[in-house]
Amino acid sequence: MGHLSYEDSKKLVYKGLVLLAVVTLIEVFFSLLGKGHVIGGLEDISWLGYLVGLILIVLSIYKAYYIIYEFMHMRYEVKGLALSVLLPTVLLVWALIAFFQEGTAWKQRRQQIEEKDKEKVEEVKQDDLQGLRYNDKTVRFNG
Amino acid sequence: MATTDSVVEKQDLDNQGGSSWDGGEAPFKASYGKLMMWYFLLSDAFTFAGFLIAYGALRFSSPTWPVPDFVFSTAPFGVHHAPLIFVTIMSFLLIISSVTMVRAVQEGHRENKNGVVFWMLLTIIGGIGFLSCQAWEWTNLIATEHMTVNVNPFGTHVESGVYLDADGKETDEVFEAGDSYLIHKAGAAHGEDHGEGDHADHDYSQGDHAGYYVNSDNFLQRKYLVTDGPDAGEVKMQQFGPKAFGALFFFITGFHGFHVFSGVVFLIIIMVNAGSGLYMARKNGHEMVEKIGLYWHFVDLVWVFVFLVFYLL
Repeated sequence: MGHLSYEDSKKLVYKGLVLLAVVTLIEVFFSLLGKGHVIGGLEDISWLGYLVGLILIVLSIYKAYYIIYEFMHMRYEVKGLALSVLLPTVLLVWALIAFFQEGTAWKQRRQQIEEKDKEKVEEVKQDDLQGLRYNDKTVRFNG
Repeated sequence: MATTDSVVEKQDLDNQGGSSWDGGEAPFKASYGKLMMWYFLLSDAFTFAGFLIAYGALRFSSPTWPVPDFVFSTAPFGVHHAPLIFVTIMSFLLIISSVTMVRAVQEGHRENKNGVVFWMLLTIIGGIGFLSCQAWEWTNLIATEHMTVNVNPFGTHVESGVYLDADGKETDEVFEAGDSYLIHKAGAAHGEDHGEGDHADHDYSQGDHAGYYVNSDNFLQRKYLVTDGPDAGEVKMQQFGPKAFGALFFFITGFHGFHVFSGVVFLIIIMVNAGSGLYMARKNGHEMVEKIGLYWHFVDLVWVFVFLVFYLL
């Protein structure tokens, strides 16, 4: 390494331990808060659920950043190495959008099928049929 | 140095001072091993991302999904209703073992053989601890709660209602839409006391009963009276949860667990090598420790996201 003295880098490691542990505890707290375990009834507020989800995702990405940059020493590598490893993961953004959209579409289609299945078909007696108009004549179906 | 690998060494010497086009420079100023470890980890990240995105797509496509803090609320020594506590302990184990791994790499830079072995040993213990926790979690899910790759007994109510007792009469067990339930097996001990008293005097033969239905796998699907919505007044029975949940859970956490397991195996091999003084004699010193360190941190990194999607969200 040679970027930091031995004592300094040792200190940095234990700082990392405390940081990751605290962030994990905050995550668990927020997750339980969003599910209504800390304060009852909060699980019914839908915007809070989305907010908690967003906070959890941001905190997880922060943890990932810290592990890659400090523990895996990406901070001390050449910029080109960091870019060649990190840039391809941007493709995942496309995958996330595409597949989550598709998943939502499956659900909507299933709901649509369920609703169509429930639609009642009115039964019509043969005698009540008005017949078809064909060449200005009424064609009776029965006799 | 008149050994067979002197050819390689001679090539190295020839390349030194040559132009970049002769291979005289290390790309990105990194050694071959470290660079390739980074690219392997990148490809592995895509594999895991593929699995986790599949999980997300299936979860989005499902009208209901098992709530993690209901599914994962059990811990060893008879602890129930402790949502996410056990899995938080598992996360801490991996974080701590990641930190001890960083220490091992630092001692490697100082060429301190004993320090490397000591910190790697702690890392291995952390890894084995994590695997043991996962083994307990799986055993509990499979043996006690009867979740398998294609059976998911964790369901979610979509309407409010009240459960019926064994004779088909209404009980005082009321539930709301969004509440979770676990379908138990008839007659089997399920580790949790619901205060329903003794089951023994009821008929649990397969088929339809007044207050419940016993399916061909002996799962006891309780009946309930719907109290709101368009179907109010109808009697329905508990349905199984989304089928994909079990397969996704066992496959993704299993794939991660397999990474941890292979990591532990490689850590042991490299710890033994370090202890034997093998790396002290090498030109690149303890770089092997650095490379397994990269892999081990990656396993921790993947767990951050497995933890996020399976347990937190």
